[in-house]
Amino acid sequence: MKNWPLFEIFIRSKNGLDHRHVGSLHAADAEMAIENARDVYTRRMEGVSIWVVESKNITASDPSEAEALFEPAMDKIYRHPTFYDLPDELKHM
Amino acid sequence: MTIEELERKFQDRIDAEEKIEAKDWMPEEYRKTLIRQISQHAHSEVVGMLPEGNWVTRAPNLKRKAILLAKIQDEAGHGLYLYSAAETLGVERDSLIDDLHSGKAKYSSIFNYPAISWADMGAIGWLVDGAAIMNQVALCRTSYGPYARAMVRICKEESFHQRQGYDILLSLSRGNAAQKRMCQDAINRWWWPSLMMFGPNDAHSPHSAQSMKWKIKRVSNDELRQRFVDMTVPQCEILGMKLPDDKLKWNPERGHYDFGEIDWSEFNNVLKGNGPCNKERLADRLNAHLDGAWVREAAMAHSEKRARRTA
Repeated sequence: MKNWPLFEIFIRSKNGLDHRHVGSLHAADAEMAIENARDVYTRRMEGVSIWVVESKNITASDPSEAEALFEPAMDKIYRHPTFYDLPDELKHM
Repeated sequence: MTIEELERKFQDRIDAEEKIEAKDWMPEEYRKTLIRQISQHAHSEVVGMLPEGNWVTRAPNLKRKAILLAKIQDEAGHGLYLYSAAETLGVERDSLIDDLHSGKAKYSSIFNYPAISWADMGAIGWLVDGAAIMNQVALCRTSYGPYARAMVRICKEESFHQRQGYDILLSLSRGNAAQKRMCQDAINRWWWPSLMMFGPNDAHSPHSAQSMKWKIKRVSNDELRQRFVDMTVPQCEILGMKLPDDKLKWNPERGHYDFGEIDWSEFNNVLKGNGPCNKERLADRLNAHLDGAWVREAAMAHSEKRARRTA
């Protein structure tokens, strides 16, 4: 028999925080993926909310193209507040 | 880029303590080593449930039973974290499990020893899980990201395992004469196999050098074993029990405990499949898998039927 489909699991550890990727598991469907994620990833009160998504539905960037993808941000250091040289008298900004 | 350039760049990343992630380029041998090591580790978690399953219905009270169940459930979870980490390297779960069942893949030899008394649940938690933790803490810094993250999660949960084992032995060590004997007997039987868990001496460890270079492995077998001995001796003193090694002695010059030579012929014999429980463990594992086949099939059929209805 074929493997059950693979799901990626995201858990919100408490309200106010983002869902975070915690791992993956196989399940027959999304509902079972949530039940299994509850058993596997929240046995010690690690979560208040679970998202599951079938792994095949995730499109990921290609690591070998990381340079082309992220480098344009490197030469725009004026986007950081520390770029600006301000007078010492200026205490708060 | 040529393969040499790619390999050099890869090693540079490793040397700079960068983590390697699933889709990054990696040498084929790095991938193979990881699949072998991670799946072996996963199989050990899964087979490790079997000696303990023996005691669920015979735990001395409800509290101990609930704790043992929780520990076994953790181990199933640890197996899953590890299988998932292995799958990120492009292998199918089923093929990993087939390799376990066919005997092609190994699991930790420690689980080929029988758990014949309740005190064994204590000794397994304290010594076997203790040795495993020693190894796993070092692996939290392994170079492959998904493996390292699985290890962090596992280590968080494992310390409960070791404590519950020690707690069982502590109770027995404070009990009547028969309970004390039981405690000492379990320690006698599990001590040497636990030391063997760290694998062959560094001089005889075939894969170690390359694994250390790739930072899959961060600390050598002998060093981890020494750390384990140093940590365990004082814990045993608190139990008022004796570790079964006449050569065990504090060495002030080294700042470590000296200990006796491991019987590697026993280790190799168990590894070859001739341990007390090799056949039983594999048969139990295979039966559990086959007995569960109809559940897996039914769940899939159910989900397909529902998908058709909503389509």
